[in-house]
Amino acid sequence: MAQNKPLIGKLILVTLAMFGFGFALVPLYDVFCDLTGINGKTAAVAATGDNAIVDTSREITIEFLARPNKDMPWVFKPEVHSMKVHPGEIHIMNYLAENPTGQMIVGQAVPSVSPGQAALYFNKIECFCFSQQQLAGGKDMLMPLQFYVDPALPAQFNTITLNYTLYDVTQAWADQQPLQDNIGE
Amino acid sequence: MSVVITEPNDQEHHEHDHHDHKPSGITRWLYTTNHKDIGTMYLVFALIMFFIGGTMAMVIRLELFQPGMQFVEPHFFNQMTTVHGLIMVFGAVMPAFTGLANWMIPMMIGAPDMALPRMNNWSFWILPFAFLILLLSLFMPGGGPSFGWTFYAPLSTTYSGDSTALFVFSVHIMGISSIMGAINVIVTIWNMRAPGMTWMKMPLFVWTWFITAFLLIMVMPVLAGVVTMVLTDKYFGTSFFDAAGGGDPVLFQHIFWFFGHPEVYIMILPAFGIVSAIIPTFARKKLFGYASMVYATASIAILSFLVWAHHMFTTGMPVFATLFFMYATMLIAVPTGVKVFNWVATMWRGAMTFEVPMMFALAFIVLFTIGGFSGLMLAITPADFQYHDTYFVVAHFHYVLVTGAIFSIVAAVYYWLPKWTGNMYDETLGQWHFWCSLISVNLLFFPMHFVGLAGMPRRIPDYALQFADFNAFISIGGFLFGLSQLIFVWVLIKCARGGVKATDQVWEGAEGLEWEVPSPAPYHTFETPPVIK
Repeated sequence: MAQNKPLIGKLILVTLAMFGFGFALVPLYDVFCDLTGINGKTAAVAATGDNAIVDTSREITIEFLARPNKDMPWVFKPEVHSMKVHPGEIHIMNYLAENPTGQMIVGQAVPSVSPGQAALYFNKIECFCFSQQQLAGGKDMLMPLQFYVDPALPAQFNTITLNYTLYDVTQAWADQQPLQDNIGE
Repeated sequence: MSVVITEPNDQEHHEHDHHDHKPSGITRWLYTTNHKDIGTMYLVFALIMFFIGGTMAMVIRLELFQPGMQFVEPHFFNQMTTVHGLIMVFGAVMPAFTGLANWMIPMMIGAPDMALPRMNNWSFWILPFAFLILLLSLFMPGGGPSFGWTFYAPLSTTYSGDSTALFVFSVHIMGISSIMGAINVIVTIWNMRAPGMTWMKMPLFVWTWFITAFLLIMVMPVLAGVVTMVLTDKYFGTSFFDAAGGGDPVLFQHIFWFFGHPEVYIMILPAFGIVSAIIPTFARKKLFGYASMVYATASIAILSFLVWAHHMFTTGMPVFATLFFMYATMLIAVPTGVKVFNWVATMWRGAMTFEVPMMFALAFIVLFTIGGFSGLMLAITPADFQYHDTYFVVAHFHYVLVTGAIFSIVAAVYYWLPKWTGNMYDETLGQWHFWCSLISVNLLFFPMHFVGLAGMPRRIPDYALQFADFNAFISIGGFLFGLSQLIFVWVLIKCARGGVKATDQVWEGAEGLEWEVPSPAPYHTFETPPVIK
């Protein structure tokens, strides 16, 4: 029947649009989480920290957790487990990484901040998590993190927990090598 | 080769005589574009799937009869819980509703057939292949899917077996089938209503299915998207749900439940339509609050898109988000309450009789409401932290799906069976089926509330000793419920073979176009549109 065709067309369009919407949720979710900080993701780019004013009236406890993922053979731990900081103060924290295997392994650390809303106020000036880290077999290294807590942090937060999970991305790194060679890095 | 079979008394048929022959044998069912044939196939398919999924439930209850590992390996137990859920949701409940829609919607709105009969044939016939793929994957080395019907990442990506690709493929086919069925329902209702059948004169079963069909075309594509992401994450190196590559496993739950919550209303809205048809018939009164029923159904459908994260309270959402989803979820109780109120008000001072369809509809109202209340308990965020992933959740969704959706489907089958077969079913056997089901289903699911509140986790093949007595009790209820359904099959076969001839109206208080055609309903009905008063 002829009068069915426009309606069928519209319904198929809705179906295709919703299939697209399912995939659109992926970037939408990232944007939403970036704006609100609700899933504890910190910014993947460096903050400057130039114009931060130190707020000495209160102290925030920062707890550091670090764990290698199940398939990651590195030893990975923070130098200290917690420190007290004033908002606005810039601190450096070192993480120890050790590769006990015989081969070079590339690692990528993924941060997560708890409580999630505090993630927006936890700023990193420099972080080993901004890039992939290579470590030859049997070697160890110190990986620095330079950070400060934004003085605008709401008063209800007095402890921030920063967790790093370290993943083995050697395979993905190796796959990208020819590509990077071509670009001329 | 097309075979033309001429019937001897062709003159008695309508002027469109070329429509009236049906091929005989298997080709009738393979090539059919008749809404009644396709409806029957959907219903028979759903019944077979109900028993296959039910057999898996029996394996689960057998293993949980006693603490400790008795009969099956934990990995096989996980496959049973997974495939039981998938089969019951996509293979039993949804095709049963689609079958009822195929049979009844054209007859209820005075249309000669569904709007897109060839697509109708296709949307049915791809289903058996989807489930064949899913069921055969159980026999692969490494077994079938074992990550739960919700296939949370990374269980379904990093930790799943080789059968995952088959699982994804079969879900794709099920989704395509549902979407085609839904498009067909919408086009039929939109374009093929008999003259005078205005929107607000449509029977509620038609209304609820119309709204359900919109839910289907909006969320089944999202399900197709999320299984595709699982497929590419597992086999093609993407990182939608893998934190190492910049993805997020919590994102999986958001996308899945964006599909999953409207999905649970897909499985209950047609049930509301069925109960709204049965209660007035046996109370011999008009349905109380027809318009409010339509608006309540539409509000439930809209709200169902705004509550998905109540499945995820324990993922560490911020407080304002949990509050939003908690209140939005509780809001759904308002239109649902309107419906329950209207059903009760319909019965108020009605001249009620208690034939089997009415008994199942009454049990639906009481038991579905219990399931609704446990849903409200789960909606309370702080309480949900204790209930999450326990048998309390299992009790909740089995009350709404078994004593809700399945009871309504069984009620619908008893209600319309005389119209389909032309014979009355055996009332005594039907009452036996009802009472056995009612008692056993409560023995089966009610104690799950208690073990759940006491902390027994779901989807685990073993449990702490203090739950032993309750679980033995639950398992016995389960076996009895499974056996009770054999009475149903007996009733169906007996009724299909013969019995007291049904009148056209079948039930004294029945109103609607489907009761104006002869019983059994002729192969073609309403080739000339009826006049709607």
